[in-house]
Amino acid sequence: MVADQISLSMTINGRARRGVAEPRLTLADFLREQAQCTGVHLGCEHGVCGSCTVLMDGEAVRSCLLFAVQADGADITTVEGLAPDEETLHPVQEAFRDCHGLQCGFCTPGFIVSVTAFLEANPDPSDEEIRHGIAGNLCRCTGYQGIVAATRQAAAAMKGSGQS
Amino acid sequence: MSTAAARYVGQSVKRLEDPRLVTGHGRYVDDIMLPGMLHVAFGRSDLARATITHLDTSAAEALDGVHAVFTGADLNSHNDSLRASLHPPESPAPPANMLADGDVRFVGDPYVMVVAESRYIAEDALELVDVEFEPLDPVVDYETAAESDNHVHPELGGNLAHDLPVPNPAQQEVFENAAHIITETWHQHRQTNVPMETRGIVASWQPHAGVMEVWASTQSPHEMQLVGARVLGIGEHKMVVHFGDVGGGFGQKMFLGREDMAVLVAAKLLASPVKWIEDRRENLLASNHARIEQMTVSMAVDEDGNFLAADLDQLEDDGAYPLGGPATPGAMATMLYPGPYRMGPVSWRARTVYTNTCGRGAYRGPWQMESVAREQMIDRVAREIGIDPLELRRRNVLKPEDLPYQVSTGLFYETTISPEQTLEQAAEMIGYDDFRAEQAKAREEGRYLGLGMALYIEPTSMGMGPLGTESAMLRVEVDGHVNVFMGTGSHGQSLETTIAQLVADELGVRPDDVTLHQGHGSGYGFGTGGSRSAVIAGSAARAAASGVREKVVAIAAHLMEASADDLEVADGVISVKGTPAASMTMAQVAATAYQNSDALPPGTEAGLEHTARYKAPPTTHSNACHICTCEIDPGTGKVTLLRYVVSEDCGVLINPMVVDGQIAGGVVQGIGGVLYEHCVYDESGNPLASTFLDYLVPTAAEVPDLETGHVVVPSDTPGGHKGTGEGGAIGAPPAVFNAVADALAPFGVYPNRQPLDPNAVLSLIASASDS
Repeated sequence: MVADQISLSMTINGRARRGVAEPRLTLADFLREQAQCTGVHLGCEHGVCGSCTVLMDGEAVRSCLLFAVQADGADITTVEGLAPDEETLHPVQEAFRDCHGLQCGFCTPGFIVSVTAFLEANPDPSDEEIRHGIAGNLCRCTGYQGIVAATRQAAAAMKGSGQS
Repeated sequence: MSTAAARYVGQSVKRLEDPRLVTGHGRYVDDIMLPGMLHVAFGRSDLARATITHLDTSAAEALDGVHAVFTGADLNSHNDSLRASLHPPESPAPPANMLADGDVRFVGDPYVMVVAESRYIAEDALELVDVEFEPLDPVVDYETAAESDNHVHPELGGNLAHDLPVPNPAQQEVFENAAHIITETWHQHRQTNVPMETRGIVASWQPHAGVMEVWASTQSPHEMQLVGARVLGIGEHKMVVHFGDVGGGFGQKMFLGREDMAVLVAAKLLASPVKWIEDRRENLLASNHARIEQMTVSMAVDEDGNFLAADLDQLEDDGAYPLGGPATPGAMATMLYPGPYRMGPVSWRARTVYTNTCGRGAYRGPWQMESVAREQMIDRVAREIGIDPLELRRRNVLKPEDLPYQVSTGLFYETTISPEQTLEQAAEMIGYDDFRAEQAKAREEGRYLGLGMALYIEPTSMGMGPLGTESAMLRVEVDGHVNVFMGTGSHGQSLETTIAQLVADELGVRPDDVTLHQGHGSGYGFGTGGSRSAVIAGSAARAAASGVREKVVAIAAHLMEASADDLEVADGVISVKGTPAASMTMAQVAATAYQNSDALPPGTEAGLEHTARYKAPPTTHSNACHICTCEIDPGTGKVTLLRYVVSEDCGVLINPMVVDGQIAGGVVQGIGGVLYEHCVYDESGNPLASTFLDYLVPTAAEVPDLETGHVVVPSDTPGGHKGTGEGGAIGAPPAVFNAVADALAPFGVYPNRQPLDPNAVLSLIASASDS
């Protein structure tokens, strides 16, 4: 039942990484267990909650629904790869902190990655667009109030700094 | 000596937790990876009730990478005491087992446990377990469970877990002469907590040392330490429970599950680190369910709408193995029914039954049926006797001059509650009269707008039994920074920040000079739940900080040759009032206390630390009023919430941002419960909502902006705080329900059960056209 291991290489948060994986190993498990990206969280493992969202070649994907081998050669960004340095947060991360967009923090990495991708695609969203744009991620703590506010703040901040 | 000034309490201080959490550097239980760690998968019943006629694990055991396969026969000899510490040993309870042995009693009942080198291999091995079942008739319907000849737990001889009748002859007398007696049965439906992080545990046994080291996703590290030690037959001094980040709980992680205990025992038997991370299917089917209950209410009312008396009959489903043991929230719900009103004498009866379904567990406001039944009943009474629902509440609500107040059911309200103030503030925020005018106009246009309100009093921070106290061990380190060790289990409540704010003010440092440590090394406490941390843990932290501050001032006064009365302490600096140049730092005082103790005032003990334990009063009541408005599309049955306002009184706010966040989270859980979420079972006891595609947690697209108002009447506890964690989930269900019922009023229909999903709304409208 143990399948052959397949060699992989990908860029994770700007660093070239090599690894081996069984064909059935999910990208999420590969990132968590072999690339130390434990900010990739598994909330449902069936592609609904969005906690495991990462950027693959710039596009938000659910890493629980992909096999690691499908990401061979890809450029992956996880929540760990967003902040420019240890003293500075990414504007989306800063906004989540400012607006109390998190409580327990478990869904947060997926939200922050999703919001980052959403604002890349739609730098000036209306509140209605924000609510629908983040409806693919589930949060059970905040009632989404702080998350909507954080997305609004991040949009303004990124526009101001020319980040999107 | 000067008293501490509030510099940080009351401020929306940014959370100290956040930098690590927003960057992916939190450490949740699944992030613990130890050398040689093994992984668990449980084999669970697909039948609601069945005899296991054959169980052969040899093929699973033979699979490469499998270390062990355990059945009930292997583990259940360790079940000397699996009870939660809330329950005395003599409490009636289902048979204690970790794994089903001989028969299974609900879909999801674990009967086999594989321990393997990876979760993938463990799940492969489950496929190789050879098992046969003989199906039995399950008990699924809790309304008829008590009369069923099929017994969920044959050992108990019946399905009735509790029956607590409390008749009151005074109530019966009032009923004989009342102008109106109105009766309805209110139903809630099966829901579940859904923390975004499922349950999970890592256990690592150190042979010869006899130490069990545990990392757990828990609300109560000390419950894990106490019950875990009991299950393993070791002392608490050998049970080391680490507390990291915890991804929500809402009551689900207050107690150990059967799976947690099985992992502890397996880790000891195998002497290897063992990890179990619950998957979402397990979480939805087999962690705990809640709110499966109904209350039949009769209320006597006079001609003017004054409440005279009430008669209550509560029935609740405990499932098969209630998480944390069989509880009696029904008894609480009936006792609390009078709420913020003059209610007159009340009779009640509360029953709980077992069924072949997932066990009941605590879910944010476990007895909120009292508010659901009462507030929905008040709207019904208003409609029956033709009085506006706000006016009816105004006539009956407790006013400041009524306080303190002895309730007929035994509750006692202190003078620091403010139900009338929150009712009026919420009515003003929503623009009550304007909305009624808008609603009337909309109805003329064939549009269906509704308004619902709910007013409640919540007993928070209960000071009884194991819940009664928390401790804080506070130490100023040599460099002047502060470590605090507490028995709490913050899992989203922001205690690392709010406790730091309290300590900062009381001790005279900055919040980011303070680190809160929970779990190993802290003193016993019940953990975080029951809206108790602000009052009970907060008061302990305050007392510990106050004890250290006294010593800091004494030492500084001696070193500076000043009078202690002339000193003030703020942001880590001790200075002479009016002479800021005359000062020294906390670090200087601390260094003296530890490293130059000969320079201390004569008779002063070296070091700078203090431990305090706070005992809470029996209850500290908070209160709130929720009002929301909605529009219903009669064509699709869709309910759209238009506005949602909350006026609440949690006393002195430590961090307004955090309070608003707690309220918002609870409100949206309540909205989800009434409109979307439902753990559906079919008649054979098969659960039909096993993924997030079937169990509909609200998304950002379903919830309105919330507006929050605060009435601040300080409690009599040291900081003047009141608990507020659960309140949102208590007020929201009846407020949303009442709004929908109000919108549907033109159809002449009377909803009495949830969920109010589009199908339910359309059925109600259809029932109107049929009649």
